[in-house]
Amino acid sequence: MTNNYLDFEQPLAELEAKIEELKNVSNDNSLNIDEEISRLQSKLKTKTEHIFAHLNDWQVTQLARHPLRPYTLDYIRLLCQNFEELHGDRMFADDPAIVGGLADFRGQPVMVIGHQKGRDTKSKIRRNFGMPRPEGYRKALRLMKMAEQFNMPVLTFIDTPGAYPGVSAEERGQNEAIARNLMEMSDLHVPIVCTVIGEGGSGGALAIGVGDVTLMLEYSTYSVISPEGCASILWRSADKAPEAAETLSITAEKLKKLGLIDEVIQEPLGSAHRDPQSLATTLGDRIEAHLNQLKTESPETLTQKRYQRLMGYGVFREN
Amino acid sequence: MSWFQKIMSSRIRTEGGHKKRNVPEGLWSKCPSCEAILYQPELEKSLRVCPKCGHHDRLTGRARLLNFLDEGTAVELDAGLEPEDPLKFRDTKKYRDRVHQAQKKTGEKEALISMQGQLKGRDVVACAFLFDFMGGSMGSVVGEKFVRAAHHALETRSPLINFASSGGARMQESLFSLMQMAKTAAALKKLKKAGIPYISVLTNPTTGGVSASLALLGDINVAEPDALICFAGPRVIEQTVREKLPEGFQRSEFLLEHGAIDMIVDRRELRDRLANILRLLCDAKNPPREPDAIITPETG
Repeated sequence: MTNNYLDFEQPLAELEAKIEELKNVSNDNSLNIDEEISRLQSKLKTKTEHIFAHLNDWQVTQLARHPLRPYTLDYIRLLCQNFEELHGDRMFADDPAIVGGLADFRGQPVMVIGHQKGRDTKSKIRRNFGMPRPEGYRKALRLMKMAEQFNMPVLTFIDTPGAYPGVSAEERGQNEAIARNLMEMSDLHVPIVCTVIGEGGSGGALAIGVGDVTLMLEYSTYSVISPEGCASILWRSADKAPEAAETLSITAEKLKKLGLIDEVIQEPLGSAHRDPQSLATTLGDRIEAHLNQLKTESPETLTQKRYQRLMGYGVFREN
Repeated sequence: MSWFQKIMSSRIRTEGGHKKRNVPEGLWSKCPSCEAILYQPELEKSLRVCPKCGHHDRLTGRARLLNFLDEGTAVELDAGLEPEDPLKFRDTKKYRDRVHQAQKKTGEKEALISMQGQLKGRDVVACAFLFDFMGGSMGSVVGEKFVRAAHHALETRSPLINFASSGGARMQESLFSLMQMAKTAAALKKLKKAGIPYISVLTNPTTGGVSASLALLGDINVAEPDALICFAGPRVIEQTVREKLPEGFQRSEFLLEHGAIDMIVDRRELRDRLANILRLLCDAKNPPREPDAIITPETG
């Protein structure tokens, strides 16, 4: 399954294949090749460390889109119990590109909402590659309002290339749906903790990304436009995407430095999909810590602080 | 090509000569829609609407506001805000240079102008995007100026009116620009809760992140005729769905039909119509007091 490795991961693919092969051999006969395996494993580890210590922003972008990367439903499964998915916007349809519902998170009922991509061709199409239509955003808003009604915190998971650019989406008011979410989330009277788990694609991401805390996984991205889109507009060539990725400052680390997000969640060696369980534990701890803190605030203080946070975004000079 | 041009040697023949304007710059212009030749002062008088076919030519920024507000009442707000370059953004040009260029071209510091003034005697706060300034794109300064205008409307309890004309969020400020969508939307929520009207006027074009935030959040959304209003532009959609889009797709009339806007208003009637709408909205809450109306005894 070498197509599940990115270009820069190829050296790891070869090593892993070799280890796998040796393991099979050692199963077959009693030859003691454990030593060789452990030698290769430590080589693999060093190699992985080396590769991941020197990632450029374009490589991080590719990791954020990695075909094996855990998606929202994976995190819900790893972080929550008793998930009850809720469907539909009550106006037009259910959008499978956004999932949401009730669940227990460490003993606390919460509303979880996130973009959802598909794994295989069929589910990718069903999930529209994680690109929501207006009904997805309207479903998300309906669930958030429900969370407010029943006084439960909202956890959102962001992972989309962007809102779907299609005729039907435009007809049903893609822009209005996004705009309304931004407005209503700014004043929702329950805590909202947002986590970028993969691609934070522009308005389509932000539409479920306004909250009290924004966390980002180490190899996720968050941007006003995709590097390809930016490159094709400003350089007039999508080939310049790596340059665009660099100058757009879309990685968790850079955005943290710019003060645009609150926290970077370290991923396991080799990125999220190599050990989703341990990553989920780390992430869960951080979400829990923030929730505990936010739960002590009155709804008024909570929304007031959220408002101040939003008003603080921006860099300019005043004469 | 005429027979006369054909016999001219190619050395002296100028290609595309038919496109050349033979009129002094700035006195006459051609309507891009009906190609009528229009006398500039007359066109300005009709607010850049073609008197022949009604085509709405671009009118943005300062000129838009000064034409809209009652004469002599406009006072500019937050004129001192200027963009920074937090990312040291550079594509084929530096962002800094693009900003300087835009400032030189337009004589303005940024892509949004905000003013307080009066509309038919009523105090209002009004903002207008300036499309000629980097496509009216929204970065930190545009977001901040809009929010300050909203706060000013809140403090003075006067209605807010915005004239949108924008290509969307400004790429060169990356996530800072994206966050302006949330920032402006949050400020509008404050107005809504305080019961202060916000009228959004959508002019050609209003697209991308600006359409997905402040521009479609009006209590009343008004569009000028035939304005392009969309989230994803026609070209982006064509590339995605790989089909030609229907005529009139994403134009004001299309949006009206699909329920996204309240009305389409000719620019020449905007002042009257908005003044009337604001009167109806504001007077509903504070009806002009007529003594006998207050002490009418209830029956039954």
